Amino acid sequence: MQNDVWVVADHAGGNPRRITLELLGKGRELADAREGRLVAVVLGHGLLDLGPAFGQYGADTVVAVDHPHLHAYTTDGYTEVLSALVRERAPWLVMVPSTAWGRDCAPRLAARAGAGIVTEVEALWLEDGRLLTRRPMYTRKVMGIVEYVGSGPHLAVVLPKVFPPAGRQEGRAAQVERVEAGVSEPRSRVVETRSLQRERVSLTEADVIVSGGRGLRGPENFALLEALAAELGAAVGSSRPPVDSGWVPHDYEIGQTGKTVSPTVYIAVGISGAPQHLAGMSGSKYIVAINKDPNAPIFQLASLGVVGDLFQIVPKLTEEVRRLKAQG
Amino acid sequence: MDVVVCVKQVPDTEQPIRVRPDGSGIDDQGLNWILNYYDEHAVEEALRVREKHGGTVTVVCVGPPRAAEAVRTALAMGADEAVHVADPALEGADHLAVARVLARVIGQLRYDLVLCGRLATDDNASVVGAALAEYLGLPQATAISKLQIGDSLATVEREVEGGVELVKVPLPALFTVERTINEPRYPTLPGIMKAKRKEIRTLGLADLGLEPGEVGAQASRVRYTRFEPPPRRQAGQVVTPDSPEEAARVIVRFLQETAKVL
Ligand SMILES: Cc1cc2nc3c(=O)[nH]c(=O)nc-3n(C[C@H](O)[C@H](O)[C@H](O)COP(=O)(O)OP(=O)(O)OC[C@H]3O[C@@H](n4cnc5c(N)ncnc54)[C@H](O)[C@@H]3O)c2cc1C
Ligand SMILES: Nc1ncnc2c1ncn2[C@@H]1O[C@H](COP(=O)(O)O)[C@@H](O)[C@H]1O
Repeated sequence: MQNDVWVVADHAGGNPRRITLELLGKGRELADAREGRLVAVVLGHGLLDLGPAFGQYGADTVVAVDHPHLHAYTTDGYTEVLSALVRERAPWLVMVPSTAWGRDCAPRLAARAGAGIVTEVEALWLEDGRLLTRRPMYTRKVMGIVEYVGSGPHLAVVLPKVFPPAGRQEGRAAQVERVEAGVSEPRSRVVETRSLQRERVSLTEADVIVSGGRGLRGPENFALLEALAAELGAAVGSSRPPVDSGWVPHDYEIGQTGKTVSPTVYIAVGISGAPQHLAGMSGSKYIVAINKDPNAPIFQLASLGVVGDLFQIVPKLTEEVRRLKAQG
Repeated sequence: MDVVVCVKQVPDTEQPIRVRPDGSGIDDQGLNWILNYYDEHAVEEALRVREKHGGTVTVVCVGPPRAAEAVRTALAMGADEAVHVADPALEGADHLAVARVLARVIGQLRYDLVLCGRLATDDNASVVGAALAEYLGLPQATAISKLQIGDSLATVEREVEGGVELVKVPLPALFTVERTINEPRYPTLPGIMKAKRKEIRTLGLADLGLEPGEVGAQASRVRYTRFEPPPRRQAGQVVTPDSPEEAARVIVRFLQETAKVL
C-alpha cells in the first residue's frame, strides 16, 4: 500500500463534488506513475452505493466509513478516523481538498499521523522519484517548490480548479470496502448552520466570476453584476472595499484576506488591481478588466482590458450576452 | 481567562517581494517586517476577552531575533507578557516543527484559550494553528469570525462553503481567527512606551529541553527546494471602445472565441 494515492472526498451524501473529481484526475495520474491504487476515502453517514459514483471517475477502491458522528464534518471525528486509517494502511500520498473542512482537518491529521503536509497546492509532480509541489506564497508574488522528505505518508491540501476534473468512464465501478470504525463523541458541536442565500455556483467552483470593486460605488449596483452573472452562469465576487463598506458579505471577498480563485474567466469590474487583490485571482486563466482609468494596474495583467465606464458597459454587456443566448 | 496568542513576523505585503537569482529564497534586503496581519486580529480578540473576563494575555513567537519587533507591537497593543523562541537550529523547520516548539512553550503556561491567525501572509500555510491544537490536545475551530466566551464553553462562528456555522467548543480550546472577527486597535503612544519596558522572555531550544533533531530541519517532513517568480501572464490587449455597445461586443467576442465560455 506504500504506493497508494488517497483522495479524501468532499461529497454530498456520497456524491463526489467537483473538487473531488479534480483530485481523482490528478490522483489517477500519480497512482499510475507509482503503480499504486487510487483510493477514494469517504466519511459520512447513511452512505449508499459508492462504487459507481467514484469508480467512474477513476478510483480503484472506495474506503467508506459510515457512522452517525460523521454525518457532518467535525474536527475530532475526521481526525480520529483518518489518522487511524493512515497509520494502519500507510498510503504514499493523501490528497485533501482545500475547503473549510479540509483546511481545518489536514494539519491536525498531519500532526497526529506524523505526515509531511503542504497546503495551497496548485501543482504536484514526480521528479527523479521525489514528489514535488508548487504553491503560492507572499501574496502570490513568489511560488515555492516544496519537496516531501521520506517515504510518506505525504499530505497535500489541494486548491480547487487547479486540476481538470477526471473524465467520466461509463460502466466503471470501484470496489467498495466498508470499514467499521469506532468514533468518539466529538468535543465540539455544530449547533446551527446558517446558509447564505446564494442560488448560483460557488466562487471557488465557478468557471466564470464577475467581481466588483470600489468602482461600483454602492451595494445597489451589485445588482448590475448579479444580472450579468445570471446570464453567464457565473458567480459574483468582490475586492475588499465592498466588504469593508458592508455592501456584500465577507464570503464575496477575493484576495489575500479573502478567497483564492482560479476560474477560466475572471471579470474585474471597477477593481484597480492592488497586489492583495491579485493574490487571490491572478491564477485565473483569463482576466477581463473593465475600468475607466487607462492606467489601472489591473490592465497590466488583463488578457482583455476595456477602458470605459462600468455603469454604461455592464448593462450593455448583459444585454449582448442575453441576445446571443436567445439566438442559440 | 488567560489567553495565549501566537504571533509571527512577516514581510509587509505592500512591498514587492523578489526571488533571489539563484532561487534559494526571497531577497530580504531592505524588507519591511511587520506583525502578521491576522495575528493583529488575534491579539485584539485576546485583549477584548481580557477586558470582559479578566485574566492575562501572553504572546508567543518563534522566529529570528528581528521578530522581537513584532512581539513589541503586540505588547504595545496591550499584551501583558511575551515569550520569544529564537534559535538558529530552527532554520528550515517546517510548520509542524514550529507547532511543536509552540506547544512546548504553551504547555508550560497557564491558559484557557489559545488564539492564532488564520494564516501567515508570508508562507500562506494555515497549518500551525490546527497542528498546535493537536500537539496540545485541545479542541479547535479554525477561521472563526465571532467568539463568545461562556462558562467552560465558547461559541464561535466560522465561514464554510455557502454558509456560516455556529459551533460550541469546550474550553480550553484553540481558535484561529478570520479578519472579520474584529477591528484591531492601533498601539497608543503610552502603550508603546509601556511595551518598551516590558520584558520579553527570550528562549533557545535548550531552555525548552528540545533537541534540534526534534524540531529543526532534520525533523522536517517537507523542504523548500527552490523559489520561483510567479508564471508570467501572457500580455493581453487594452482597448478603448468608442461606445458601450462596442465594448460589450468586444468582451462577448473574447468570451466566445478566446475563453470559449459562451
Ligand atoms: C493586509 C491587507 C490585506 C488586504 N487584502 C485584500 C484582499 O483580500 N482583497 C482585496 O481586494 N483587497 C485587499 N486589500 C486592499 C487592497 O490593498 C486594495 O485597497 C483593494 O484591493 C482596492 O480595491 P478596489 O480595486 O475595489 O478599489 P480601488 O483601488 O479604489 O479601485 C477602484 C477602481 O474602480 C475604478 N472605477 C471607478 N469608477 C469606475 C467606473 N464608473 N467605471 C469603471 N471603473 C471605475 C477606478 O478607476 C479604480 O481603478 C488588503 C489590504 C491590506 C493592507
Ligand atoms: N513562527 C511562529 N511563531 C508564532 N506563531 C506562529 C508562527 N508561525 C505561525 N504562527 C501562528 O500560526 C498562524 C498560522 O500560520 P501559518 O500556519 O504559518 O499560516 C499565525 O497566524 C500565527 O498565529
